[in-house]
Amino acid sequence: MTKWIVMILCCMVWTHAVAQVYITRTGSVSFFSKTPLEDIKAENRQVFAAVDLSKKTIAFSMLLKSFLFRKELMQEHFNDNYVESDKFPKSTFKGAFTGEVIPGKINTVQVQGVLSLHGVEKEFSANATIELKEDGLYGLSKFRLTPEDFNIKIPGIVRDKIARQIEVQVMVDCKPVK
Amino acid sequence: MHNVTIAGAKNRSNAVVGYNWWKKNRKGLLLVLLSGLLYATHVKAQDTGLLKMLDDSMAVNQQSRYVTGTFKGTHIINLHSVETPAQGVLLFMIMHRFGKINDGGYQLFGLDNATMRMGFDYGITGRLTAGIGRSTFEKTYDGYLKFKLLRQAESAGKMPVSVTAFGGLAYTTLKYAGKEYLNATYRTSYTLQLLLARKLTRDLSLQLAPTWLHYNLVPAIADKNDVFALGIGGRMKITRRVSVNLEYNYLPVNPASSFKVYQSFSAGFDIETGGHVFQLHVTNSQGMVEPLFIGRTTGNWGKGDIYFGFNISRSFNIAQKKH
Repeated sequence: MTKWIVMILCCMVWTHAVAQVYITRTGSVSFFSKTPLEDIKAENRQVFAAVDLSKKTIAFSMLLKSFLFRKELMQEHFNDNYVESDKFPKSTFKGAFTGEVIPGKINTVQVQGVLSLHGVEKEFSANATIELKEDGLYGLSKFRLTPEDFNIKIPGIVRDKIARQIEVQVMVDCKPVK
Repeated sequence: MHNVTIAGAKNRSNAVVGYNWWKKNRKGLLLVLLSGLLYATHVKAQDTGLLKMLDDSMAVNQQSRYVTGTFKGTHIINLHSVETPAQGVLLFMIMHRFGKINDGGYQLFGLDNATMRMGFDYGITGRLTAGIGRSTFEKTYDGYLKFKLLRQAESAGKMPVSVTAFGGLAYTTLKYAGKEYLNATYRTSYTLQLLLARKLTRDLSLQLAPTWLHYNLVPAIADKNDVFALGIGGRMKITRRVSVNLEYNYLPVNPASSFKVYQSFSAGFDIETGGHVFQLHVTNSQGMVEPLFIGRTTGNWGKGDIYFGFNISRSFNIAQKKH
């Protein structure tokens, strides 16, 4: 009997030990909209991200008001008229990735999950790279989003100033959770 | 009967064996049960875990922010709003008032006549703005400083209102035949205002504006040089980019006895597109500078002395914000 108990306990301790969670609170998400009339660029450097290597799960969470624009008026319009950050303050992503993460190498993985923005939850997938170093985990991803997919309406009068697809770049350096 | 007895005995013996076994391994079993329970909650916590973990720490990290977009423009209609342009932004504004609607069909209900004011506001810092303007109405120049004293905070329990101080000067240059003695002193009037506003909801903002006006020259001895007024204004968004605006400037004491002064009341719409704000409105004031519309409104709403007008503003980024 005691043997069983010890074995079960060992199992649990073991599975717990391999749960490798990496986390950051200063990740960066930036987006770009390029049109002949106007370039729009904003960056959020207070992105929360967590990666669990043992389960291959990933989560992101950020406040939309933390996106900084070069022009203050753009920032106001972004929050008031487009993403409505009073109503929907956060954007989150939760999902999983497939692919091997070999320490010391730049590993390409496929991320898949649910992206939540402006009150809309949407299935989403993208390629990303994960680099596992001794001091932490470095993740990078670039993809495109269409504002209309998230019920963000762009009025006709400014349609030519905002790109149809917005380029998004995600950069995180996560530290292991002790 | 017999069978039942046997079955009962069997059951009893099973129960006894079970009880003995339980007694022997009680501690161990309890341990397994307990650790199983613990493990289950642990696993559960991890499954919804990653995102929850982030959200928990996000609440801690959420810093206090100032409320933005209390009003779309730097003016509610005629009255200044608490808003100022961002640092390094030059705001060009055209304010336009047609003639009175009751001028009739011959004047196309006022559209034949117009007065306008052209103005520039520059955001020296995010809180301090300097502005200049020129009105065709009595060829008046105006200049002012606006400073955001207090800014409404987003989180409850912190600063509940935005307060902007406004100090302005108006200088009338219209020449009056036979009145060459009217020098600069006589032609100047001053405005001091405290603009207090609160964005109550995403859509509704209200403003109070206690105002002190000083006219260096008044038409008659009995007319008052110092005029106190209370401006009340508000906006209600009807769509994300359109709002309804109202503005009323209350005069507790009639400032003049040599002519009839009416209280200025205006109503209109704000339409915002990118760097432009269009404001369309009707008002009983022809002037667009404080001493002209607060203390010198001669239009009577009841008689149809209503001016249709618009404000158009365009912001230009002169100096780029660094971060």
